[in-house]
Amino acid sequence: MTAVTHDEVHAGPAPPPTGWRRLLAPGWLRVPWMTALFFGIGAGITVLVRWLEGWDPIWKGSVITTVELTAVPFGFLAGIGGFDYWMRYAAGSPTRPEDHSGHGARSWRDYFRINTDHKVIGIQYLVTTIFFFVAAGLLAMLMRAELARPGMQFVDNQTFNGLFSVHAALMIFLFVIPAFAGIGNYVIPLMIGAPDMAFPRLNALSFWLLPIAGFMMLGSFLAPGGAFASGWTGYAPLASTHQPIGSVFFNMGVQWAGASSIMTALNFLVTIITMRAPGMSFWRMPLLVWANFTTSLLVVIATPFIAGSQFFVMFDHVMHTHFFDYQAGGYPLGYQHIFWFYSHPAVYIMMLPGFGIASEVISVMSRKPIFGYRLMALSLLAILVLGFSVWAHHMFVAGMAPWLRVPMMVTSMVIAVPTGIKVFSWLATLWDGRIHFDTPMLFALGFVSMFVIGGLSGIYLAAVPIDIHTSDTYFVVAHIHYVLFGGSLFTIFAGIYFWFPKMTGRMYDERLGKLHFWLTFIGFNLTFFPMHWLGIQGMPRRVADYVPRFADLNMFISLASFGLGASTLVFVYNMVKSWRFGPAAAANPWRSLTLEWQVSSPPPIFNFDEIPQVVGNPYEYGVPDARHAVFNGDRQVELEEVPTR
Amino acid sequence: MNAPREDRRCLAFLVLAVVPLAGCGGSQNALAPESHQARDIATLFWWMMGGAWVGLGLVVGLLLWSWKRRNRRGFGRDVEGDKPGEKRSWYAVVVLGIVMPIAVISTLFVVSDLFVIKTTQAPASTTTKLTVQVIGHQWWWEVRYPGTTAVTANELHIPARTPVRVEVKTADVIHSFWVPELNRKIDTIPGRSNVVELDADQVGRYRGQCAEFCGLQHAHMAMYVFVDEPSAFRRWLAQQEKPVEAPSSALAERGARLFLDGPCSSCHAIRGTDADGYVGPDLTHVASRATLGALTVSNTPDDLRQWILHSQQAKPGNQMPDFNASGARLDALVAFLEGLK
Repeated sequence: MTAVTHDEVHAGPAPPPTGWRRLLAPGWLRVPWMTALFFGIGAGITVLVRWLEGWDPIWKGSVITTVELTAVPFGFLAGIGGFDYWMRYAAGSPTRPEDHSGHGARSWRDYFRINTDHKVIGIQYLVTTIFFFVAAGLLAMLMRAELARPGMQFVDNQTFNGLFSVHAALMIFLFVIPAFAGIGNYVIPLMIGAPDMAFPRLNALSFWLLPIAGFMMLGSFLAPGGAFASGWTGYAPLASTHQPIGSVFFNMGVQWAGASSIMTALNFLVTIITMRAPGMSFWRMPLLVWANFTTSLLVVIATPFIAGSQFFVMFDHVMHTHFFDYQAGGYPLGYQHIFWFYSHPAVYIMMLPGFGIASEVISVMSRKPIFGYRLMALSLLAILVLGFSVWAHHMFVAGMAPWLRVPMMVTSMVIAVPTGIKVFSWLATLWDGRIHFDTPMLFALGFVSMFVIGGLSGIYLAAVPIDIHTSDTYFVVAHIHYVLFGGSLFTIFAGIYFWFPKMTGRMYDERLGKLHFWLTFIGFNLTFFPMHWLGIQGMPRRVADYVPRFADLNMFISLASFGLGASTLVFVYNMVKSWRFGPAAAANPWRSLTLEWQVSSPPPIFNFDEIPQVVGNPYEYGVPDARHAVFNGDRQVELEEVPTR
Repeated sequence: MNAPREDRRCLAFLVLAVVPLAGCGGSQNALAPESHQARDIATLFWWMMGGAWVGLGLVVGLLLWSWKRRNRRGFGRDVEGDKPGEKRSWYAVVVLGIVMPIAVISTLFVVSDLFVIKTTQAPASTTTKLTVQVIGHQWWWEVRYPGTTAVTANELHIPARTPVRVEVKTADVIHSFWVPELNRKIDTIPGRSNVVELDADQVGRYRGQCAEFCGLQHAHMAMYVFVDEPSAFRRWLAQQEKPVEAPSSALAERGARLFLDGPCSSCHAIRGTDADGYVGPDLTHVASRATLGALTVSNTPDDLRQWILHSQQAKPGNQMPDFNASGARLDALVAFLEGLK
C-alpha cells in the first residue's frame, strides 16, 4: 500500500500574498473591512426586518446596539483569521495542518496575529490582562479621588457608579481569570511534557475574544447615558429596567469573556487528560496542573450560569421579556440565585490557580518537597465540590426562605477545612526549609498571610448574624480585596516573576522586584485594612458620597491607594526593562525539578526536542537521587548530576 | 450610655490594627448597639475578632518562625530514613488545619445559628403591638403606619422599649433597609414584603441608609429613625394622622392654590386637599420633618426654597424636576409648605 503523503491531500504553505490580495489574507488589513462588512450585515438585517414589519422607529438604538455587539466582534474575529482553518475545512478546501507558519513568534509582530503557539498565546494573555489591570486600576484611582472627601468633587453619581462597575468587571473578567489562564497556557503544556495545547486553533480564538470583551466593557463609557452602572453584580430589576444602553455592553462583554473562559477551560481539560508525558500519572502532576484541572472543571460547569443570567437581563432590558419583572410574573430573587451559582464558584476560579502557583514557588524556594502533596490535590477537589453549594450566602439579607441559611452557612464554613489544610501544609513545607527570599517567594508568602486575613473575614461573612450586618458594606469591600488582591493578585505576581526567565529568556531585576513587593504589600494593607472598620461602622459600599464622620479614614485610604497604584509603575518598568535589556536567564535559574525548567529559556518552538519520561514526583527537593523526569538520550549522564546543588 | 466602653474598644482596635481610625462613636455604627439584637451581633463580632487575631497571629507566627530557622539545616541533604520534622508537621496540619477549624466553626455555628440568629429573626405579626410599613423608592423611603392614615417619608418614628414590626417593600428596584445601631439589614424585594424587628432601648435619633445598590442616587438614600418615649410617640402619630388645616395666611393660601393647580400635585399627595399624587413623598406634614430628599439637605425655609428651585443640583437625577418659579410665587409656595406642621 502506498503511503499517502500530506502533499497529496493538503496544500503546501501558502505563498505570501502580494498587492491587493493582502487585503484578503488573515490579519490587520482584513480586519477593518471585515468588521465594517459584519456591521453592515447586522444593521442591514435589523433595519430590513423592522421596515418589513412596519415597526417604528426603523433605526432603534438599543436593538442595533445589541445586534452589533454580536456582529462586530464576529467581523473582527473573521478578519483577523480566527475561523479561516475551520471555514476552509467545512468548505472542503485544501487545509494546511503541517504548515506551522502560524506557530511561534519570530518578531514582535507575531504577537499581534492569530498564533497557535501556546507560549505566544500565554504571553498575549498576560500582556493583555496587565493592560486591563492597569486600566481598571486607574478607574479605582478615580474612585478613590472622589471618595477622598465627602460630597461630590470630581465626577457625578452616574460616572462614579460606572467607575466601580467597570472596575470590578474588568478586574474579574479581564484580569484575574484570564491572567491565570495566561500563566496556565504558558506553563501547563510544558509542565506535563506536551508540545502544545490539545486544540491550538481554539486556543488562539479564545485569546482573541478577550480584547473584544475588555474594550466592550471599557467602551461602555462612550455609550449614550454612560457606562453600565449597576455594579458588576448587576442585580435585576435595577440592571434589567433602570439602566442606560451601556448595560448591554456589560451583558455582552460577559458573554465574550465567558466564552473565552469556557473554551480555554475545555482546552486545559483535554490537554491535561490526554497529553501528559509517559509516566506522568495524575499523582505525579505538579500542583499547578491539578489547580488548573480543578479550575477548568469549575469554569466549564459554572460559567454558563452567568451567561444565562446576563442574557435574561439583556432580554428583559432590550426585548422586554419578564424574567425578573415580578408584575408580569417574573422572579427577581431568581437572578441572584442564578448569578451567585456562577459567581461564588468564580471566587474559586480566581483563587485555585493561585493556590497552584503558591505551591510551586513555596516548594522550590524552600528546597523541600511540598508537604502533603495528595491532600493538597484532594483539598482542591473538595473546594470544587463545596464551592457549588454555598452560593446563597450572598443572599442572607435578601429575605429568602429562612431554612436555606442553615445548609449555606454550614457549607460556607466547612470550606475552612480544605483551606486550612492548604495553609498549614504550606507552612509545614516552609518549616525546616532552606528558604530563598526571591521576589516570587515574597509574593507567595505575602499571599499566604494576606489570604488568611481574607479567609478569616470570610468566616465573619459566612456567619449569618454578622453577615446580615456587614453585607453590602465596606467590610465586604475589604474582604474581597483581601481575597482577590491579597490572594489572586499576589499569586499572579509570584507566577509572573517566577516564570519570567522561562517566558522571556531574560532575568528580571531582583532589586526592583523586591521593591515592588514591599510597596505593594504595605500599600495594600494600608488601603484595604481600614475598610473593615469603615464597614462595621456603617459605611455602605458603592456610594459616591458619605457622612462626614467617615472623612478622615477615607482620606487616609485614598492616599494609601495612590501609593498602591504607583507601585504598579515599578512592576511595569521592571517588566519592560528586563524583557528588553535583562541579563540572559539560565534554563533553570530556580533549580526546579518540574519539566518546564528542563528545557531552554525560552523553550524550543515545540517545547521538547525529545519526549520526557516522567519517573518520579515533581517536588523531591533535597531528596538524594530524586528525579522527576529523564530524557531518553541522556538518562545515564543526567542521573549522575542530580540537580540539587 | 456605654460610650466609655465603646471608646475602649475603639482603642483596642486601633492598637491591634495599627492604622489611624476615625469615626469611633456617633451614628450609623454597628458597634454602638442600642437594642438587644444589635448588642448580640456586636458581642459576637468582638468574640470573632479575638478569634481572628489569634488565627492570623498563629499563621504569621509560624511563617516568621520558619523564616528564623531558615538556615538551621538544609532539609533532606543526604538524610536517610525518616525525614526530619515530618511527624511533627503532620500533627500540626491535622490539628491546626482540620481539627481546629472544625471545632471553631462548629462552636460558631451553634452560637450564631441557635442563639444570635433567633433574636434577629422577623417577629410574627401577632407578637408586636405596632407594625410599620417602609417602602423603598428610587431614592427615598415612604413610611406608613397601617391602621392609621399617617404617611411620612424618610423618617421613621417608633416608641422606645417596644418591639416594632417593620415590613419592608419596594416600589421599584431592590433596596435594603438598615439601621445599624438597632438591627440587621433586610432587602426590599419587588413583589414581596420582608420583615425586621426594631426594639430600641434609648430615646434618640438613629441614622439608617439604603445598603443595596439601587442606582444613580443610592448614596443619597438615607433615613432617620426617631425613637421617642411612648407617650410622645402617640402624640406624634396623632398629629401625623390629621389632614392639613386651612392655610393661616393669604400668602400661604396663594401657595396652596399654586401647589394644587401647578405641577406639584401630580406627584405629591397632601391629605385634606385634592393633591393625591403618589410618585413623590406625601407632603401632608412636610414641615415637621428634619430633612429633604432622604437626608440630602436639611429642612429649613431656605433649603426648601433651594430644593424646589434646584433639586437636580442637590440630588441630580431624582424624580423631581427643577421648578422655575418667580420670587413671589416661590415665597407663597414655601410659606404654604412651611405651614404643614
